[in-house]
Amino acid sequence: MAHLAVAEAAIPASETVVAVRGICKRYSEVEALRLIDLDFPRGKLTTLLGPSGCGKTTLLKIIAGLIAASSGEVRVNGKPVTGPGPERAFVFQDFALMPWATVMRNVAFGLELQGMGKAERQSIARNYIAEVGLTGFEDKYPHELSGGMRQRVGLARAFAVNAEVLLLDEPFSAVDEQNRRKFQEDLLRLVDKERKTFIFVTHSIEEAVYVSDRIVLLSRRPGRVSQIIEPRIDRTASPDAIRRDQGYLDTVEEIWQGLKHYVD
Amino acid sequence: MILFGYRVPMMASLIVWCVIWEVVGRSGALFLIPPLSSVLVAAFAMVQTATWQSAALVTLHSFSVGMALAILVGIALGVLMGRFKAVDDLFGIWVNIFVSAPLSALVPVLMILFGIGETTVIVTVFLFAVWIIVLDTRAGIQHVPNSLIEMGRSYGASPFALYGKIVLLAALPEILAGIRLGLVRGVKGVVIGQLLVSIIGYGELFELYSRSFDMENFWALTIILFAAAMLMSAAIEHVEKKVDYYAGVR
Ligand SMILES: Nc1ncnc2c1ncn2[C@@H]1O[C@H](COP(=O)(O)OP(=O)(O)O)[C@@H](O)[C@H]1O
Ligand SMILES: [Mg+2]
Repeated sequence: MAHLAVAEAAIPASETVVAVRGICKRYSEVEALRLIDLDFPRGKLTTLLGPSGCGKTTLLKIIAGLIAASSGEVRVNGKPVTGPGPERAFVFQDFALMPWATVMRNVAFGLELQGMGKAERQSIARNYIAEVGLTGFEDKYPHELSGGMRQRVGLARAFAVNAEVLLLDEPFSAVDEQNRRKFQEDLLRLVDKERKTFIFVTHSIEEAVYVSDRIVLLSRRPGRVSQIIEPRIDRTASPDAIRRDQGYLDTVEEIWQGLKHYVD
Repeated sequence: MILFGYRVPMMASLIVWCVIWEVVGRSGALFLIPPLSSVLVAAFAMVQTATWQSAALVTLHSFSVGMALAILVGIALGVLMGRFKAVDDLFGIWVNIFVSAPLSALVPVLMILFGIGETTVIVTVFLFAVWIIVLDTRAGIQHVPNSLIEMGRSYGASPFALYGKIVLLAALPEILAGIRLGLVRGVKGVVIGQLLVSIIGYGELFELYSRSFDMENFWALTIILFAAAMLMSAAIEHVEKKVDYYAGVR
């Protein structure tokens, strides 16, 4: 267990950007979330990991201000969340691209909605299109791109608005395995470069361990926080070395042991 | 169409029917059906007459005004019904009744309400066209992916931008289909309205030619009308194909 630090004991005293307090969510019949308390530290990538249907998307959308909690409160930089705000940007599981708009317009869309002029927003968008490796595809439409490329557009759109907090709902779940690994590596590079706070949802243990600074394990419905894990992985190593690293493998195993009883 | 194992294009079957018409017409067996060639000659002569031109203008005017109203009201009501359950509950039953009701029966009532003139024809066009536009718009709005709406909200779209930049565009394929079907119904409406009012535009000419058994001119009038309706519908279909192409993947 040398590589793992469990829960409160090891969390460095860093500044909290997003604070979740006592969040509960009921959909008429279904209790999706029960009393979630979480702090998301600035500049870190925190992953919400849990079985399908445990409320990960629900929690992420409550933080995004897209749906209202039944009770409890979310604060971003100390201010209570009452709806979406420019300091948060969302990356959708199904990409949510406008099929009638080019890659350029899709990436610049957040800026367009903010009322930024065309030349300015396109130059920002062009930069992030390059950042996610889509240079040359600016004038293509979403249906001309593969699933992986479409999600790169979704990612570039979120980066372009320069939000402090990026909320990513299983962004790679519709991407095939080879592209997924490449994508995870690119994401890590962007996390390092952009210095933002990431809240990342996945149901893949390997993915969570590979990309996260912190992993929040959610229990099966109604979702509750069951464990917080900080993988200690040397991220300066090459991607392949990380995936063979003993710390990486042990963390995956540790989480699997923790989650296993939900599967039975 | 497949005939004896060969693919026969649509145009070919049209030509077959034209030939049959010509033969039947020349045989003189049916007084009501003159040969197609003489109908076409009559059509060619007719479009050059001032009578036809002014009738066509009057008709086009009633049709355009009625259609414009039907499109505006149809899309507005369709959007409201697609987004708000209360509006849907309030209007749903009426829209569904009117979309399939025999509206021709209403025209005499409209004549009492709006007089024997163009207003009645415009209202008839409107009533024929509007319901299908409402229904298709409503279906289009309901099929807009929720994630696109959440995307708009999360990136700070005002309600106005949400509709103008996302919802209406996402529903455009269905809205266009509704407009295309509405156009065809609107053509029916303008002819039926004018026939029943019977003193203006195309209706007046129909009345004139059929009363005097001038079958060449009667059929010429009909063919021009059909061709106009088909052209309009084909034009919209062309736009639809383009839109569908871009909307292929959401
Ligand atoms: N709009 C909704 N209405 C009713 N139940 C919902 C709704 N959205 C999600 N749920 C239910 O809430 C639970 C959590 O859903 P979700 O947050 O999507 O889970 P996850 O993202 O972890 O798979 C699921 O059981 C789901 O069926
Ligand atoms: Mg989910």
